[in-house]
Amino acid sequence: MTTTVADHHHDEVPKGITRWLFTTNHKDIGTLYLWFSFTMFLIGGAMALVIRAELFQPGLQVVDPHFYNQMVTVHALIMIFGAVMPGFVGFANWMIPMMIGAPDMALPRLNNWSFWLLPFATSLLILSLFVPGGGPAAGWTIYPPLSVQGGMGVDLTIFTIHILGMSSILGAINIIATIMNMRAPGMTLMKMPLFVWTWVITAFLLIAAMPVLAGAVTMLLTDRHFGTAFFDPAGGGDPVMFQHIFWFFGHPEVYILILPAFGIISQVIPTFARKPLFGYTSMVFAAAAIAFLSFIVWAHHMYTVGMPLSGELFFMYSTMLIAIPTGVKIFNWMATMWRGSMSFETPMLYAIATVALFTVGGLTGLMMAITPADFQYHDTYFIVAHFHYVIFCGSVLGMFAGVYYWLPKWTGHMYNETLGKWHFWLTIIAFNVTFFPQHFLGFAGMPRRIPDYALQFAEFNVVSSIGGFVLGYSQLILLVVVIKAIRGGKKASAEVWDNPEGLEWSVASPAPYHTFATAPEVR
Amino acid sequence: MIINRLKHLLSAGTALVSMLVLWAVPASVQAEWGLNLQRPVTEIARVQYDLHMLIMYIVTVIGIIVFAIMFYSIFKFRKSKGAQPAKFSHSTKAEVIWTVIPTLILIVMAVPSTKALLLMEDTTESDMVVKVTGYQWGWHYDYMEEDVSFFSKLTTPQSQITGTETKGENYLLEVDNHLVLPVGQKVRILLTARDVIHAWWVPQLGGKKDAIPGFINEMWIRADETGTFRGQCAELCGKDHGYMPIVVDVVDESQYQAWLDGQRNKG
Repeated sequence: MTTTVADHHHDEVPKGITRWLFTTNHKDIGTLYLWFSFTMFLIGGAMALVIRAELFQPGLQVVDPHFYNQMVTVHALIMIFGAVMPGFVGFANWMIPMMIGAPDMALPRLNNWSFWLLPFATSLLILSLFVPGGGPAAGWTIYPPLSVQGGMGVDLTIFTIHILGMSSILGAINIIATIMNMRAPGMTLMKMPLFVWTWVITAFLLIAAMPVLAGAVTMLLTDRHFGTAFFDPAGGGDPVMFQHIFWFFGHPEVYILILPAFGIISQVIPTFARKPLFGYTSMVFAAAAIAFLSFIVWAHHMYTVGMPLSGELFFMYSTMLIAIPTGVKIFNWMATMWRGSMSFETPMLYAIATVALFTVGGLTGLMMAITPADFQYHDTYFIVAHFHYVIFCGSVLGMFAGVYYWLPKWTGHMYNETLGKWHFWLTIIAFNVTFFPQHFLGFAGMPRRIPDYALQFAEFNVVSSIGGFVLGYSQLILLVVVIKAIRGGKKASAEVWDNPEGLEWSVASPAPYHTFATAPEVR
Repeated sequence: MIINRLKHLLSAGTALVSMLVLWAVPASVQAEWGLNLQRPVTEIARVQYDLHMLIMYIVTVIGIIVFAIMFYSIFKFRKSKGAQPAKFSHSTKAEVIWTVIPTLILIVMAVPSTKALLLMEDTTESDMVVKVTGYQWGWHYDYMEEDVSFFSKLTTPQSQITGTETKGENYLLEVDNHLVLPVGQKVRILLTARDVIHAWWVPQLGGKKDAIPGFINEMWIRADETGTFRGQCAELCGKDHGYMPIVVDVVDESQYQAWLDGQRNKG
């Protein structure tokens, strides 16, 4: 039993730096995660601009090839492990307890640790760029034997991956424990908001996939320093085995990056369509089906590695199957919009763009599933275009939708709609200018991960680089929007939007430091 | 009001529509503009090209349908036009339809894909064998029955790369020793590597394959016409990954024999 006195004590928000260092409050930790994610987004983005600057013209102008390879590698690692994954954990921290009517996460101290592992891990990674031999330069997939050749930077990267993996697993355990144990009375599993559902599935994927990656990089570490030969053919090892293990992690990882975004837009679209989500049950089952399939399709990332015919056929068929549950989700969102009463505030714009542009990425993904054709697409800019349509337009735009959607709940102020729309339009147009031409570059035969290219690729690279710079600088608008909303602006009501669904809208805006000390009753 | 509505419609996605239009440009135009796969000159490359076009048309049509329905909804069901929201939240019929139809489309796609794969993987009954070895950073070719072997490295001068000299026509796609193959012969290519993983890829001759240290991979090529075909290493292999091109000369049988004799005399 909590007394009134104790409640009063808890309502005080701690002050100073220790608030953030020692916090066990899910909202504080969520905030830390989101700021961390955005910082990494800008750092990783800056690296992308180095890449685009070098590719602006054929020839070597800005960096040398070795540093270029480091930028390619670290950009990907920072964006995947630093920006997107922690970003979604930030959303989970802020929103899941409020969505299921829980007072906090189930394991608050663990929660603090999960976060504070991150800055140290990514510092190691960034530090690696400054050690002798430079940072990792074998691509984010760190395939041996190339990654065995690298210097100390590769070791730092391996430790980074270990620590980040630890953080992800702890975060995932916390999320599962919270969702399984702390739902308000009446909040049955099939009443949970879809964001909660997609996150619980994601958390299971994390627990299954991250240890596999940890194992792979540990074997790499012992190959590099302790005389083992897991991946060294000269010692009886197998470099292809690394690729199998890596992608057994890597493909679920793709859905780890995308499922929470699916969850966010499944919250946003019904609110602005003023109509309940279409096909809730099939949404849940589609997400689960995608998660299951993600474990049996990994070798489609390595069709050219020389697999037996039966293997190629199996992975082609299983990969094609993913189109079905993914299609179900897209059609469900469209059916949610159908005969709704839509308005187009920034979160809705981002949610629609997520559906539309993720569809483009999904369709190019279907093209790549076709093994014989993929022998042409593999390791070209077509792949680069595809996964940016999936990860930027799926995950990142989905996150932007979530930020604009819940920002008034977090800060208590409405964001500036005009700036939000500017951010949206610049991002969407610049993104397509950057990445759509890359489909053509890939078709025409430009391999990925090259610092310099033949002359027939010059025109599209100019376009792509211009788009890239606009895209990069446009993200500063988001920073302005968020800071402005924190500082002030129009007061947001508890509901913020037009009759949105969900427990998070039943508490005041900004959400009090402690919510649902007494569990709400869910009918 | 109209301006407002137009603005909203624009805000729904002009960019997206124009994007799809770009994609739907006919193949003939694309080829000229370097927008599509390079012109195939082997059976495998041709099968890949046709499959690529088939799948691309299918996904383009799907994309257009999805976008059309979305934009129709965006235009039609807007609050500003007084649309009243419906209450429905599921329809078993619709859900069955959009599960079954994609499944059927996938089956349609799987049949030619399987056939193509069977063709590509059939390396039997070859007329000759060339072993390709990738190394940092170039290629080594070994005509296994002919006692002919040589290295093949980039010849683009550093001055063109750093920009102190004008870049030539085949910038970064030129090598000292070309791989020479006879037209119409089924050439079995064996691939391996000396140090790290590389991938041997000449787009017009068909797909790429990884060259992996300690492993022998295989693929085959039967060129339908003579000519010079260029490609690049397609697997990140370190600092000079961007600088290990491949040049293949496909010549007629007599020229090929003459070339072989010349190579033997060199050795």
